[in-house]
Amino acid sequence: MTPPPRLYRAPEHRMAAGVAAGIADHLGISVLRVRVAFMVLLGLSGLGLLLYAAFWAVVPLRPGDTGVPPRRDVAQLLPFVGIGLGVLLIQVMVFDSVGAAGTAGWLVAIIAVGAGVIWHQSAPERRRQWGEAMPVPWLGAVVEESDRRAFVLRFIGGGVLVAVGIIGVAAVYSPAQNFDAVINGVIFALVGLAGVGVVAAPVLWRTYSQLRSEREGRIREQERAELAAMVHDQVLHTLALIQRNAGDVKMVQRLARGQERSLRNWLYKPTASPSERFAAALEQAAAEVEDTYAITVEAVVVGDRETDEKVGALVAAAREALVNAARHAGVQTVSLYAEVEPDQVSVFVRDRGKGFDPDTVEDHRHGVRGSIIGRMKRHGGRAEIRSGPGEGTEVRLILPISRDSSAAERNR
Amino acid sequence: MAEQSTEHLDQADARPERLRVFLVDDHAMFRAGVRAELGAHVEVVGEASTVAEAVTRIAAVGPDVVLLDVHMPDGGGRAVLEAMRRTHPQVKFLALSVSDAAEDVIGLIRAGARGYVTKTISPDELAAAIRRVADGDAVFSPRLAGFVLDAFAARPDAPVADPELDQLTNREREVLRLLARGYAYKEIAKELFISIKTVETHVSNVLRKLQMSNRYELSRWAADRRLV
Repeated sequence: MTPPPRLYRAPEHRMAAGVAAGIADHLGISVLRVRVAFMVLLGLSGLGLLLYAAFWAVVPLRPGDTGVPPRRDVAQLLPFVGIGLGVLLIQVMVFDSVGAAGTAGWLVAIIAVGAGVIWHQSAPERRRQWGEAMPVPWLGAVVEESDRRAFVLRFIGGGVLVAVGIIGVAAVYSPAQNFDAVINGVIFALVGLAGVGVVAAPVLWRTYSQLRSEREGRIREQERAELAAMVHDQVLHTLALIQRNAGDVKMVQRLARGQERSLRNWLYKPTASPSERFAAALEQAAAEVEDTYAITVEAVVVGDRETDEKVGALVAAAREALVNAARHAGVQTVSLYAEVEPDQVSVFVRDRGKGFDPDTVEDHRHGVRGSIIGRMKRHGGRAEIRSGPGEGTEVRLILPISRDSSAAERNR
Repeated sequence: MAEQSTEHLDQADARPERLRVFLVDDHAMFRAGVRAELGAHVEVVGEASTVAEAVTRIAAVGPDVVLLDVHMPDGGGRAVLEAMRRTHPQVKFLALSVSDAAEDVIGLIRAGARGYVTKTISPDELAAAIRRVADGDAVFSPRLAGFVLDAFAARPDAPVADPELDQLTNREREVLRLLARGYAYKEIAKELFISIKTVETHVSNVLRKLQMSNRYELSRWAADRRLV
């Protein structure tokens, strides 16, 4: 896909900023005709100048030419300013207005516009220096060329400034409180602005759409970079660790398991916050136990709900049960099953390990009694532990939930 | 011979002829690994890396069990299943996938696979699963049972669109629940005071209902439920 030919300023043939040369290049006509057109338009109360300024502000330098240092010395601007003054002088004479005040107003307007545009076009380093020298920080921000919004702001601001300048001139032209003249001036300014808008709109639009496509490309690039970073940070690291620990089966299994989980989460799982959803919280607890004790937790969670204090306690009890299984059962795999039903939430933690006789657990062992049974009781649930030596262990945690809250949950 | 027939019940390995297994997977390295791991238990009679190759080779070789990858170019395991089901009903399919996403699992089961295991399974377990599938039983992982429960049980008040819908019976759900809790068939039988054969019947019924019901949305529903 070749991009459509874009309008650029041509620095190599420029008199002031290369606008005329650029337009001539773009349209395929001679530079002189474009310049004459600008001069003629300048006769219309400075429309040529406004147009030129607008193009200057909007049209970028041809890419590739940016390496040429912009020679922005005053000498180059002098002829331009001189011609402008001449045209204005002619206009003043033609319109037979009061001399000094009107001309002064025009000059102020021209200087304002010109200074603004020069500021805008100057090299970024210099602008930054100016920005640091500025007493007001926001002025630097207005001038900064960073994003589209700033650009639009600047454009509107410039337009308003120009309009105000023109209104001021109109006011100067009619010193005898002639209100009609002011109105005329305003109308004239509006027409001028509309003209600038019409002329600049396609350029503006093209700039905008180019910015948008650039941003889309950047987002795509960012996603790719994020994926690459993830693969680099996690997958390659894990593979390197596995190569180094190839002899240590447990270590390899732990690494592979953790990596598998993280990739799976990345690829398939919607990101749910463990502090908000029951399933996410339970899976996080299972993942922690897997990582800490180098076992596999086969987690199956059916249904989901929001967490509250009670559900949080259930998750904590389930975590404790998983830790116990990992530490004492002497197995590689622990099953975790949880089901959210309308009237209760149940969690089953099961291993096929050594098992124990629940009656012989000593009173001072708090793991089971306090963290599992006691915790469930405190929160209105119950815990059953079925175990026997050699039969493995199953911890059943059941938390009834009131109909109201579950109905509310379902109707959400 | 009498001795052999008693062993036949528990120990399919003791059969005079070994099970003929066919591998379908687009990763050559994985096929080689499975072939090496299974060599002691079964006879690997062929491999295929694409859907088209699988369809022609399976028809030519006629294996007992096909180990089927889910994700392959040109439609994956499902395309193979759909092509083979009518013409070769005697071939059993066991899905062997790295994915345990609900839509993959349920999609393959509904297309006619008799079991679904993930690639992290140990070689011994895989051999056992192949034997089971060859004998006509189903291989249901806890996770798979969880998906089915999720789809059927989690929302009892979900709108029932189809009156002739095959709803799971309470007993079947009970069996699924125990499966999901990590119980073996034997343990389920003990827990529910029923015979192993009855457990297997229930599980087969679940599979049959997944296949036969015209609840085409099931897989998507299950997938959506996971996203809630």
